[in-house]
Amino acid sequence: MERINILLIEDNEGDIILTQESLSESKIKNKIFIVKDGDEALKFLGSIKDATALPDIIIMDWNLPKVHGREVLSRIKNDQKLKSIPVLVFTTTPSNSEILDVYEHRANCCISKPSNFRDYVNVIKTIEDFWLNRVRLPIKKYQ
Amino acid sequence: MTPINILLVEDNEGDIYLTKEALGQDRVSNRIFVTRDGVEAMEYLNKSKSDPEFPLPDLILLDWNLPRMNGKETLSAIKADVSFRYVPIVVLTTSAAERDVLDAYAGHANCFITKPVDLYKFISVLRGIEDFWVSIVRLPKTFNRQ
Repeated sequence: MERINILLIEDNEGDIILTQESLSESKIKNKIFIVKDGDEALKFLGSIKDATALPDIIIMDWNLPKVHGREVLSRIKNDQKLKSIPVLVFTTTPSNSEILDVYEHRANCCISKPSNFRDYVNVIKTIEDFWLNRVRLPIKKYQ
Repeated sequence: MTPINILLVEDNEGDIYLTKEALGQDRVSNRIFVTRDGVEAMEYLNKSKSDPEFPLPDLILLDWNLPRMNGKETLSAIKADVSFRYVPIVVLTTSAAERDVLDAYAGHANCFITKPVDLYKFISVLRGIEDFWVSIVRLPKTFNRQ
């Protein structure tokens, strides 16, 4: 099986390390690209000229510095080249209206970020089991 | 955990039975509403705007190869209506065609899963959907907007 490229857009160092650690144990070969704010994320995605080098899946925090997650998501989902990439949005203790906002901007799903270590690792493992093992990700060559 | 309402759009009786078995009697008592093609699904969703007998679903499981109105058309109709376009849609189908996968994501399906032919693998997939979409994901709380 081919390697899965994951783009992680996250400013919290602890969460970055936990995500990397959890995914490094995956049976599915994957590579994580890390950007730490919304501006960097848009620049990273904009710099990819070859569609086969695009991420297969994006995991992003909603409250991002510089450019907010809402804007980043909206730009991704309105870009012909990027819009099919599944985007998983992490929020911290979201209200119902915030969850709705995330879906209205066409996130593929909204996950509330657990505050303790064990729950966080468990969420990453469940994401891995579901999105890397069970879900069919879009095939890049058609994009 | 609050029980959630799942709209299943599926014409295969065996798959309907298995899905109800796998998702309906677990830690969370999900309520599953069955429609057998896209036309029926849209009728259900339109009724959900006003009739409490047809609750707006928290999650939709959509087969791709459906009679009368297929999965692609149904997805597009759901995502075009502001009343329910935010409801997550899991495409669950025997199709493994790459064109279908891309059409589904381009049409804003929330995820695409190829249904395994093997019975036990199919049940395992349904449990995986429950583990992720019901236990981990924050679904939009549909009842607040009715």
